[in-house]
Amino acid sequence: MNPKLTRRRFIKGVIASGVAVSSTSLWYSARGQSRPPGAVERMIRINVNGQTRTVDVAPNETLASTLRYKLSLTGTKLGCNRGECGACTVLIDDVPNYACSILTHSVKDQRIETVEGLESPNGDLHPVQQAFIEELSPQCGYCTPGQIMSAVGLLRANPNPTRDDVRHGLSGNICRCGAYESYIRGVLRAAEIG
Amino acid sequence: MVATTHDVMPDIELYQPTDEANALSLASTLGEDGWLLAGGQDTYGWLKDRNKSPAAMIELTKIDAWKGVRETANGIEIGALTTLTEIINDPLIKSRYGLLSMAASRVASPQIRNVGTLAGNLAQDARCWYYRRGLDCYRAGGNLCYADAPESLNREHALFGQSRCVAVSPSDTAPALVALDATLVISSERGQRRVAAEDFFVGPAVDIEHMTILRPGEILTSVLLPNSWANAEFYFEKVADRNVWDFALVSVAAAMKVSDGTIQDARLACGAVEAKPRRLTAVESALRGKPRNEATANQVASIATQGARPLNYNHFKVPLMENLVKRAIRG
Ligand SMILES: Cc1cc2nc3c(=O)[nH]c(=O)nc-3n(C[C@H](O)[C@H](O)[C@H](O)COP(=O)(O)OP(=O)(O)OC[C@H]3O[C@@H](n4cnc5c(N)ncnc54)[C@H](O)[C@@H]3O)c2cc1C
Ligand code: SF4
Ligand code: FES
Ligand code: FES
Repeated sequence: MNPKLTRRRFIKGVIASGVAVSSTSLWYSARGQSRPPGAVERMIRINVNGQTRTVDVAPNETLASTLRYKLSLTGTKLGCNRGECGACTVLIDDVPNYACSILTHSVKDQRIETVEGLESPNGDLHPVQQAFIEELSPQCGYCTPGQIMSAVGLLRANPNPTRDDVRHGLSGNICRCGAYESYIRGVLRAAEIG
Repeated sequence: MVATTHDVMPDIELYQPTDEANALSLASTLGEDGWLLAGGQDTYGWLKDRNKSPAAMIELTKIDAWKGVRETANGIEIGALTTLTEIINDPLIKSRYGLLSMAASRVASPQIRNVGTLAGNLAQDARCWYYRRGLDCYRAGGNLCYADAPESLNREHALFGQSRCVAVSPSDTAPALVALDATLVISSERGQRRVAAEDFFVGPAVDIEHMTILRPGEILTSVLLPNSWANAEFYFEKVADRNVWDFALVSVAAAMKVSDGTIQDARLACGAVEAKPRRLTAVESALRGKPRNEATANQVASIATQGARPLNYNHFKVPLMENLVKRAIRG
């Protein structure tokens, strides 16, 4: 039997009958299996921008979904949702990652930072944000939060990057407006004002 | 609520074992319904597209025993769940087996390398877009190949070893491991088996639905690099349409032992020309005893493409492959 069809039929069945069980458990019972114990619990605590937040996170949920739709941190953009553009870049323990392509459950014990967390408590912008304004780095701005997070990650690992280091550091972020030059200038200036 | 679009992850269970025994037992119990999850960078596309529908993911990256780089009596052992970024920066790998660092540094983008693992890079599935799109081609268990019809777009497809399926090996690290004569350690509840990197990958004539010999319940747990190829002269080059994100059109990985300017021994492999890394054994034999220079390169490189059977749109790969082999030889 084609498992895909079985699964669809069961999901449809769930919707039709309004039964409040996860379709995954139906999937297992449909195949006459008992689910091995030890799957992840949904209520978890995650550390976002220095705060511990308790969130109900589905096992299949990407970090971008949790941030945007559960925590209203919409600074993290979704461009492609496929690891192909960088708009969703956040820092996990200081390292740039695509939030669209990582599960929230995978990073529940790590430090998550989004663009919302960069401003200091007194309202001062992060040097990268300040430098991007001074160098007029963004054009439309859609890719900007991702570019900022990649730049912050780069500067934490390498506070005095060469131009080439910056090119490589930001190479996982597409800018549809083609504002690459001004982003590179922005990162180099951020390194100066540090 | 998240809108239900094709980009949203499907309903699927998640296990996060923290010890080896638990992971091996889950892999064995779940069998084909379980999906091994490393960095997820190949996985999430399949799941979001609904073109693979496992019931549960078994996340392997919480198991410390399968991560990191260790020195052994015979060389080094790399935990298969080590990330590509760690492999690029590891001092042991960089200094002795720089070929692997170079290859890893050309994978995808920095963010993908930060979570993508060596195991996932080696075990990733074919990138033929007809297949990725979910068409019922041979590789998906159907009975035709959409990439090998008169109007098919097959610029990225194979030159060698076609057998109904004409997809290529997408991995950048695979040819480097073949050139380094790596051994892969595969674990399951029944024990361990070791295979040469070269024998880990299989073409469609052997198994049209899988790119490796991995079977349900088996986990790739480490990669061994032998002392015999440490500090050899290395060359890696990948040609792709863009420097970031794109898969290789052709790549070459070469390891050569040279003394007094003469090549004592050599191992070369190309990526993206066959469903598995293509080891160039005839080139290797022709190189032994010759000086490593331009003249040798010109003399030997054309052997690399002997037997190539280009498709409608990938003839360009023949001179491309020859030129890459030339550059690898002359250094
Ligand atoms: C936009 C984009 C661009 C890319 N570009 C490149 C590129 O240029 N070059 C390249 O080589 N790759 C590329 N990739 C492919 C892939 O993401 C990377 O190769 C990455 O290294 C995969 O590793 P992962 O750990 O994220 O794999 P995962 O997605 O976690 O796993 C990949 C596959 O391997 C299996 N697997 C994982 N771990 C194990 C294990 N321990 N034992 C057995 N099976 C296992 C999984 O079940 C799955 O089938 C790209 C991917 C994307 C999305
Ligand atoms: S090349 Fe292989 S994967 Fe692509 S359509 Fe043909 S059979 Fe399917
Ligand atoms: S939205 Fe994550 S990389 Fe494009
Ligand atoms: S500024 Fe418009 S996409 Fe980068």
